[in-house]
Amino acid sequence: MNWARKDLLGTRELSREEILLLLDTADSFRDVSRRDIKKVPTLRGKTVITLFYEPSTRTRVSFEIAAKRLSADTINISTSSSSVAKGETLKDTGRNLESMRPDVIVIRHSMPGAPHMLANILDSSIINAGDGSHEHPTQALLDLFTMREKKETLDGLKVAIVGDIVHSRVARSNIFALKKFDTEVTCCAPPTMLPPRLEELGVKVAHRLEEAVAGKDVIMMLRIQKERGGTSSIPSIREYSSLYCLQEAHLKEARKNVIIMHPGPLNRGTEISDEVADGPYSVILNQVENGVAVRMAVLYLLSGGEG
Amino acid sequence: MERVLLDDKAIERSISRIAHEILEKNQGSKNLGLIGIRTRGIFLAKRIRDKIGEIEGRVLPFGILDITMYRDDIARMKATLKVKKTDIPFDVNNMTIVLVDDVLYTGRTTRAAIDAIMDLGRPKRIQLAVLVDRGSRELPIQPDYTGTRYSAVTEEEEVSVRLQEMDGQDAVLLSKTL
Amino acid sequence: MILIKKGRLIDPGTRRDEIVDVLIRGGTIAKIGKDIAKTDADQVIDAEGLIVAPGLIDVHTHLREPGYEWKETIRTGTMAAAQGGFTSVVCMANTDPVNDNKSVTEYIMKKAHSEGVVRVFPAGAITRGLKGEELSEMGEMHQAGAVAISDDGRSVKNSRLFLKALEYARLFRLAVICHCEDEDLSGGVVHEGSASLFSGLDAVPSIAEEIMVRRDIAIARYVDSPVHITHISTRGTVGIMREEKSRYPKATCDTCPHYFTLSDEATLGYDTNTKVNPPLRSPEDVAAIKEGLRDGTIDIIATDHAPHDHVSKDVEFDTASCGISGLETALGLSLALVHGGVLDLAGLLAKMTVNPARLLNVPYGVLAPGKAADLIIFSDTAEWTVDKNAFASKGRNTPFHGVTLKGRNLVTIVGGKIVYNGI
Repeated sequence: MNWARKDLLGTRELSREEILLLLDTADSFRDVSRRDIKKVPTLRGKTVITLFYEPSTRTRVSFEIAAKRLSADTINISTSSSSVAKGETLKDTGRNLESMRPDVIVIRHSMPGAPHMLANILDSSIINAGDGSHEHPTQALLDLFTMREKKETLDGLKVAIVGDIVHSRVARSNIFALKKFDTEVTCCAPPTMLPPRLEELGVKVAHRLEEAVAGKDVIMMLRIQKERGGTSSIPSIREYSSLYCLQEAHLKEARKNVIIMHPGPLNRGTEISDEVADGPYSVILNQVENGVAVRMAVLYLLSGGEG
Repeated sequence: MERVLLDDKAIERSISRIAHEILEKNQGSKNLGLIGIRTRGIFLAKRIRDKIGEIEGRVLPFGILDITMYRDDIARMKATLKVKKTDIPFDVNNMTIVLVDDVLYTGRTTRAAIDAIMDLGRPKRIQLAVLVDRGSRELPIQPDYTGTRYSAVTEEEEVSVRLQEMDGQDAVLLSKTL
Repeated sequence: MILIKKGRLIDPGTRRDEIVDVLIRGGTIAKIGKDIAKTDADQVIDAEGLIVAPGLIDVHTHLREPGYEWKETIRTGTMAAAQGGFTSVVCMANTDPVNDNKSVTEYIMKKAHSEGVVRVFPAGAITRGLKGEELSEMGEMHQAGAVAISDDGRSVKNSRLFLKALEYARLFRLAVICHCEDEDLSGGVVHEGSASLFSGLDAVPSIAEEIMVRRDIAIARYVDSPVHITHISTRGTVGIMREEKSRYPKATCDTCPHYFTLSDEATLGYDTNTKVNPPLRSPEDVAAIKEGLRDGTIDIIATDHAPHDHVSKDVEFDTASCGISGLETALGLSLALVHGGVLDLAGLLAKMTVNPARLLNVPYGVLAPGKAADLIIFSDTAEWTVDKNAFASKGRNTPFHGVTLKGRNLVTIVGGKIVYNGI
C-alpha cells in the first residue's frame, strides 16, 4: 500500500494498513541504529525543523537522531529561545519557518489542534509530537512496535493503560491505534481521571489496579504529573501511589510473559516501582530504542512521494 | 509482443559460466562473499552460490541487500518505496564481495548497493555480476561478470527477467513498453 | 410615504397572516389594507411573493463600543443588524468601560442616535465592573435608556447579591437577562461529550449551565421577580425551563441559532469559529432545543452576536476568543426551523418580534396603524450563500461561511426610514 498523507497528526485517522506499513518500515530502519555507521543517505538534503512549545528532551532528541541518521539537516527551536517568547503567533512562526523551505516540521504544543493549524496553512509535512491532551502519534506507534516485537502480533492482545487518562495524549493515541486491531484495552484510573463515556472508544474501564492488570499481556503505566497532586483529581501523590503504583506483586495476576511499558520519564515510586521498572518484564528501554526507528520510518514515509 | 533473449537452458549455462569466472578471477573462493540485490538478484546469487558449492565443495557466505534507503530518487517516486530487510550475516571487512543483480541498466542501483555495503564495513574489493547488461549507462559502472549483453535495447523497450523461484519460469524477455 | 404592496403580512402580535398592502407615513404605519392606492406614496415597494413582518428584535447583541471598536462599532453593528432584519437590538454591558453607570449608557445612546441605523437598547451591568461584588446604578442607567440588566459573559456568583439585584431591578421594570454558568465547573472550551473524547480539548459539562439556571429561577421565584435565561444550550436546561415555567410563568428564556444548527461535532476540526460560550452541545441537546422551540418552552431566539477581529480567532482553539458574528445569518438559520417543520412562520416570528418586545417592555414588535413603522420584507425561499466578506459587521467570525441558506432579509425599515434595501 502507498503512504499518501502529507502530515502525521494523530493515530485516530490512520487505517490498520497504514499503521502496519509504518511498523514494517520501522523494522528495517532499526537495523541502521545497530550498525557501526548509523547513517543512510535516504533523506540527504532534506531539512527537518523541530518546533517545541513544551519542554521535552527525550522526544526532541529522538526526532533529531532519527532525522540525522537519515542524513537530513535538523534545526531545533524551543520557545524560550525564540521569537515566540516575543509574542509571535503560531501561524506567523509557521509561515516564517516555511519561507526557509523545511521539508518537515515536528511540532509539540500545549494546545490541542495546534499541529492541525500548521498543517492547513503550510506545504511542509507536519508531525505532531504531542498537542495538549489530544494525541502523540509517534509515541503510540513506537508503543505498538514494541508490543509487536515482543508479542509477534497485535491482534488478540489484552492491554491495560493506567494513569491520568483524561489528560493523556499517549493514552488517546494508543487507544485509537490499538482499536484498529483486535485488541482488548482496559483503562484504569480513579474516576476523577477518566473522561465520561470513555467506553464509546471501545475500551473497558477499571478503577482498581489489581483488577486492571489481571490477565493482561501488556501493562502501560502513564506518568502522573506532580502538578495534579493535591488538586480535585487526586488528594495527593502519596495516596495515588498507594493505590495505583505498579508493584512486583501485581504482575502475578497478569499473563506469564507480560510486558511493562512507560512513555517516560519515570516517576519511580509514584506510578511504577523500581523493581518493576528495572525488572525482566520491563521493555521501557526498548521503547526508547524503537522510538528512533519509528520516527525514522515516519520521516521517511512523509518525505517520499510527490511533494 | 515479447522476444525471448535467454531461455531456461541459456540462463543455466550463464550461471554456470559466471560461477566459474568468479572462481577464476579470484583464484579460488577464499574470502569471497555473495550479496544479492533485492529482489531477483537474491535468487541469482543463491544459484551462483549453489554452483560454486558444487565446484569447490564450499558454501560461500551469502547476504541480501535492500537498497531502498540508498536510492537517489525517493522524492521523485510516485509510489511509496517499501523498505525491506537487509540481511548480511557476515563481516564484509577485507572480503571480496560479489554483488549480484538481474539487470544492469543505468548503474544507479549498483552505485546505491556499493554505498550500502561501504556503510557496513570496508571490503577489500567489490565485483559486480549481472544476468543481463542492457546498456544505456548513466554512471561509469561496468560489470565484472555478465550473462548476456544487449545494448541495442531502446527506451521504448524493456528487458525483464523471470525466475522460477518467483515467477514460475526461467526466461529473459524483451518487450515493448506500452 | 412608503407603500408596500401585496406582501404576505405576518404579524404574530395581532395574529395577522394575509396578503395586504402597508402604507407608511412619517415614522408610523398609516394604513394596512387591501389595494391601497399608489397615489400618495413617494415610494412603492413590490412585495409580491415576499413576507412583510415586524422588524426583528434581538435581546442579546455585543456592539463592542466603547472600548473594542476594532471588533465592531455601534455603526457597523447596527448596519449588520439592519442587513439581518433586526430593527432593535439590546447591547450588552461588557464594553470598556463597562456599562455600569449612566455616563456610559448615555454615551451609547448618543452614538446610537447619531451613527446607528437601528434602535439600540442598552443592557446595563448587574454588578459594577461585572465583578459580581456590588450592584450597579440601575436606576440611573434606566433613566438614561437601559431596558435590561445583564452581567452577560458571567453569572452573578454571589446568590445574595443576585437576589438583591432581582428585587431592585423590579423597581424599574428592567428585564434581568442571565448568563448561566458555574465558573468552577466550566473551565473548558468545548462540551463534555463524545466530541471532546476525540479532540482532547478541555470540556464543560452540561450541568455547569443547568445548576445556575435552577439557582437563578429559584431565587427569582422566591422574590417573585421576572427572570430571563439567555442562550440556553442543553437538553437539561430545556427540561428545567419546561418544569419551572409551568409553576412560575415569569421565567423566560432564549436560545441562539447556532444551538439549533450545529453540534459539538463541528468542533472536531479545531475551527475556532465554532468556539462559543456556552459551547456547542451534543446532537441530543440540539434536538431538545428544537423541541423546546416547538412546544413553546423557549420564548425567544436571540443572536448573541459576538464579533471578533481576525487576530482573536486565528490562533489555537484554547486561546481563541468565544463568539460568532451572527446578526446577518440569524434569520436564514432560523427559517430552517420553518423549512424543517419545527415551527410555522408566525411561530418563528413571534419568537423574534412580539416576545422580545414583551420581555423588554418596548412598544415595538407589532404592526398596526399608529405603531412605529419598524418592519422588514423578506423572502422565505430565496437561496443564498453566506459570504463573510460581504458582512456589514466587522466580525467575520462565522462557521457558516460558504453555507447555502434558504430565506433572506431584503428590506429593513426603522421608524419609516429604509435602512437596508437588498432587493
